[in-house]
Order: sequence, then C-alpha cells, then structure tokens
Amino acid sequence: MGKTLAEKIWSEHVVAAAAGEPDLLYIDLHLIHEVTSPQAFDGLRLANRKVRRPDLTIATEDHNVPTLDIDKPIADPVSKLQVDTLRKNCAEFGVRLHSLGDVEQGIVHVVGPQLGITQPGMTIVCGDSHTSTHGAFGALAFGIGTSEVEHVLATQTLPLLPPKTMAINVEGTLMAGVTSKDIILAVIAKIGTGGGQGYILEYRGSAIRALSMEARMTICNMSIEAGARAGLIAPDQTTFDYVKGKAHAPTDGDWDAALTYWKTLTTDADAKFDKEVNLNADELAPFVTWGTNPGQGLPLTASVPDPDDYSNAEDRGAAKRALEYMDLKPGTPLKSIKVDTVFLGSCTNGRIEDLRSAASVIKGKKIASSLRLLVVPGSARVRLQAEAEGLDKVFLDAGAEWRSAGCSMCLGMNPDQLKPGERAASTSNRNFEGRQGKGGRTHLVSPLVAAATALKGTLASPADL
Amino acid sequence: MEKFVKHTGNALPLRRSNVDTDQIIPAVYLKRITKSGFEDGLFAAWRNDPAFELNQPQYKSATVLVVGPDFGTGSSREHAVWALQNYGFKVILSSRFADIFRGNSQKMGLLTVILPQADIEKIWQEIESKPDTQITVDLGAKTVAYAKTTLTFDIDDYTRWRLMEGLDDIGLTFTKIDQVTRFEEKRLSFKPKTLPIR
Ligand code: SF4
Repeated sequence: MGKTLAEKIWSEHVVAAAAGEPDLLYIDLHLIHEVTSPQAFDGLRLANRKVRRPDLTIATEDHNVPTLDIDKPIADPVSKLQVDTLRKNCAEFGVRLHSLGDVEQGIVHVVGPQLGITQPGMTIVCGDSHTSTHGAFGALAFGIGTSEVEHVLATQTLPLLPPKTMAINVEGTLMAGVTSKDIILAVIAKIGTGGGQGYILEYRGSAIRALSMEARMTICNMSIEAGARAGLIAPDQTTFDYVKGKAHAPTDGDWDAALTYWKTLTTDADAKFDKEVNLNADELAPFVTWGTNPGQGLPLTASVPDPDDYSNAEDRGAAKRALEYMDLKPGTPLKSIKVDTVFLGSCTNGRIEDLRSAASVIKGKKIASSLRLLVVPGSARVRLQAEAEGLDKVFLDAGAEWRSAGCSMCLGMNPDQLKPGERAASTSNRNFEGRQGKGGRTHLVSPLVAAATALKGTLASPADL
Repeated sequence: MEKFVKHTGNALPLRRSNVDTDQIIPAVYLKRITKSGFEDGLFAAWRNDPAFELNQPQYKSATVLVVGPDFGTGSSREHAVWALQNYGFKVILSSRFADIFRGNSQKMGLLTVILPQADIEKIWQEIESKPDTQITVDLGAKTVAYAKTTLTFDIDDYTRWRLMEGLDDIGLTFTKIDQVTRFEEKRLSFKPKTLPIR
C-alpha cells in the first residue's frame, strides 16, 4: 500500500525506531522566539550542553514586541527582560537572531517562508502551536513545548509517536469574496476543536490547488484550532514558484536536485487516510465566529445560535457560557453586531496578500467613526513591501493605524490589547476568552470581512457595502 | 524530573469543556524566564469570580483536577503545565486532552489520565457531594480509585516507564547520539541552512 505525504516525510526523518517506543525524528529547522525559549536555554546551560545545530536554528522577536516606537527601548520592563534574554541566549549559543528594527524581524511563521528556509519535505518545529503554517509548503511542521525546545536545541531530534492522517478534501470553486480563511473556519466548525486531535491533516482537492501560497498558509496555520498538531498541502508548481529566488532557496544544481525530490512529495494514489472529510467549496460563504472557541462559527448571513438547540450537553453548556461572555442573544443576526476594534494582522492573515485584499476594499473610503482599525504587518519586510505599494497610505487615509511588525493584538502580550467588554473583528486565529485583552470579545474573520466591517461598523462582507 | 508512581489527594471538579491554555495561564503571565512562580496566573481571569471552584475553601487542598473534555487546547505554552504544577496539581483527569498539552505534561511529570466522560461525571458528583473524597491514582497498576470505585486507564508503556522512573528525554536521546550523527551524514545536501546568512 502506498503512503500519504505525511507518512513519507515522517519515515524519511526517522533516526531511530524500536517497538513500543516513540520514533526519534530528525528536525530540519528549529524556529525560536522570546516567550517559549528562555527556560530551554537555561536548561542547556545547567546541563552544560550546546546547541547541536545552530545552522538549522533561527530566532526572531515577535510575541512581546511593541508595534509603536520600535526605535526606543521596550517600555514594559518584563517584556524587555524576555527580549533581552533571547538576545543574550542567541549570542551565547551562536543562534541567528532577527531583532526589532532588523528588516527580517517579524512573526516567526511569516519570517521562515519569506527567507526561503521553509521548503517542501522538511520537518520544522517551533515553540508555538501555529508552526503548522509551514505545512503549506508540504513540510511536516508542528508546535512544541519548552521541554521539547530544549530537546531539539540539544539533539536536533524529538521522540514522537507517529500520528494518524486525515484528508480534508475541498473540491469546487470559491465564490468571489470567499477566502481560504473561510475554508478553514468552515472546516473547524465542521469537525470541531477536537476533531483533528491525534491527526496530521492533509488539505486536498481542486479548491486547495487553486489557492496561492499565502492563502494556503492561512489554512495550515489554523490546523491547530481543529485540534491537529500539523496540517499540510502537497507542493506543486505554485509552491516551487514561491520558493524560487528566495534568499535561502537552493540554487543551480541544488535547485534541480531539490525540485526532483519535491515532486515526489505527494500522497500515493493507493495510500489510505485514517479518516476523510469532504467540503464543497461552491457552497462556502464568508465565515465568522460568534463564540469563544474557533469551532463556534457560522456563515456571516446566519444568526447567533440558541444554546438550547444543541442536543449534546457539553456543546449546550459551552454555547451558553460563550454567549454570556460574548454578550450576545440567540437569534441576533450576525451582521447586526457592532464592533469597536478591527485587527488586521497575525501569522494567519498578516502577509502582503492579506494587506492587499483588505486595502482593495478600503481604498478611497473612511472607516466607521465608532471604531479603530489596527493594521499590523506580519514582518518588517511585509511592511516595507506594503509601503512600496502605497498600502500604508490607503489605510492611513481611511483613518486606520499603521504599525510595525509583530504578534500584537493576536495575543495582547504587548500594549496592543482590547479593553474589558470591547468587541473586535480580528483576522487572527483565536477567539478564546481574554485572548486579545482581559474581558475582550473576539470575532474571527477574513481580511475581506475585516475591511468591510471597518467601513460599516458592524460585521459585514464587501458585498454588504 | 520527579518520579510519579502513585498519588493520593483531594480533587477539584471543574465542569468546563474546551479549557484552552489561554485560560489556564493568560499571555500576560508568560513573561517570566523561569519555570516557577506561575501559580498566581493559574486560571487568572476566572479567579476574580468568588464562585469559581478554585476559590472555594472545600477544594483548597486539591491536587487532582477533574475537568471536561478538550483540556489544554490552543497555544503550546508549557507554562500551562508549570502553572498547574506550581499551584500543586499532580494529576489531571479528563476524557480528552489536546495533543501538545498532553505531550508537555508528560515531559514535566504531570500525569494526564484519560477516562470516559461518564466516569468523569460520576467523579464530579462524588466530589461535589463529598469534597473531602480522596482519589488515588496508581500509575503502576494504571488505576484511579475513589470511594468504592476503581477504574482502569490506558497509557502507553513507554511513557509510563519514563514517568515512573522520572527519566529525562534528553538524557535518553543522548544514548542514541551516534545514530543522530550517522543520520546527519546522509541528509540531502540541498536542505537549507540558516547560517551563514544569505
Ligand atoms: S501572531 Fe498570534 S498566533 Fe501567530 S505566532 Fe503570534 S501570537 Fe501566535
């Protein structure tokens, strides 16, 4: 029997295997940031260990960093300590670091692909659950905890039990105004936040093939919101064209060798997935979440659900609690919900295409006077590119705030936070209670819906303008 | 890592599902650079509510947390495990754990035990009616016992052995480091490197 793509990549990275034990998997690339690494470096120091492969390791500053006044010292002393600790650790252990102010600084999952160090067939890890983003290149990429960060730093390997595989087949054509964000929100609403648990997801089908690399990254990014540690898409011409010419892409003879290898990275026709889920792209509409977990989503044209309509007691309780937290009443049309803040950014939707699509809706218009629009590019390079295209002016003229790169309001570790009771439409990935600031309420949306909402003041898609 | 063989203690019933790691420890508490002192951040947002289970005197000494399904979803932050351990929890019982959280807890010696939701429900009822109920979790025997009930649970033998011996994964991997070196010699030459900077 043939192998799925995930199984192929897995087996090519097994360093040691024994019955009844996890496989020891080789890691091709380890991404580091300031929040989940200090204790790992400390562990190395205590045990007198080195970083085994600094040349397969790279760090950026993203979670904590301010998006204003980045030329000044970080004002919050605790954030500053964490960033300073990363700088000290990288210097001591010889790890490449892109600091605030550096052109390659940005959200770790935006930086890898833009440097060309994210390539098909690799194993990629980071102490961050959205590492699944890199799966868009046909890489096996997943988030790890700090103990595992230390393990990879010391040995460049991880002991892991092989997961099961699930195919997510999305056939058909997306309607105008429907994006890859809507695909993944619909997938999560369908299989639930625990549906992908224990699986690697492979997104397949004509609707997936038709997506750009950046749109594919948005989908793989949110695999974790469906409970899956990793999600991937087989590489194709779109992938090869995107990687080619990037700073760390293979060149000359290496390129030809790489390309020959990359073309083998598909699921065999006779391979069997442990589970398959089908979605019809023709039927998808712009999606929005109404609750406090990413599985609580509906098409924008729907209304807030009634918890009593859920047959399962767990779901009913969760929906009740969510509506209380979100201050929403059953039956309220989603399009009538007023928001105070629109956040455009994050590793889900903070790349140049996302900024372009939002700008196309906003161009020449003004945002509603009742709200603020925060635009935070995913990396310094994305910001520069956007400025070269004049997108910063589009946003500024509309009344938005144009910021420097980082995670920002996606998790509110820096000063960009919602106030208690504030409601946001956000292009990020998590609508958990308090995720974007204590007491803040989050509706997850695509960049197009974010832009339309910013203009209208209530949840809206460009078609509603 | 501390060995885990058997633990007996009081329990705390938390009737919530989908408790994500942002709830276990909100991001603002993640700025420390040590593994200790995270207990103040544990369930920080919910602790403002006097009715929240953690604030109730009858559960003050609990070391076993009994929660609804999909515990530990979301962010990979191992701080969630540290916060639970710093607070004093030794065992978590649930019908479903998020993968990364479960992996993290197993690295740190916090035992996560999977039981059917129907059993979790019965344990909740028992502790809610008798908060001083003692729960014994025996990793050797793979059992959870309380009142007159004894339940068995599954855990893979390798993880069980590691937890019972208190073995550190890095140390175990170093016993195979020659294999890692041999693997590296055969890696495809075009795989990218981060250094030198290009
Ligand atoms: S943008 Fe948000 S989800 Fe992405 S890495 Fe940063 S904090 Fe995590």
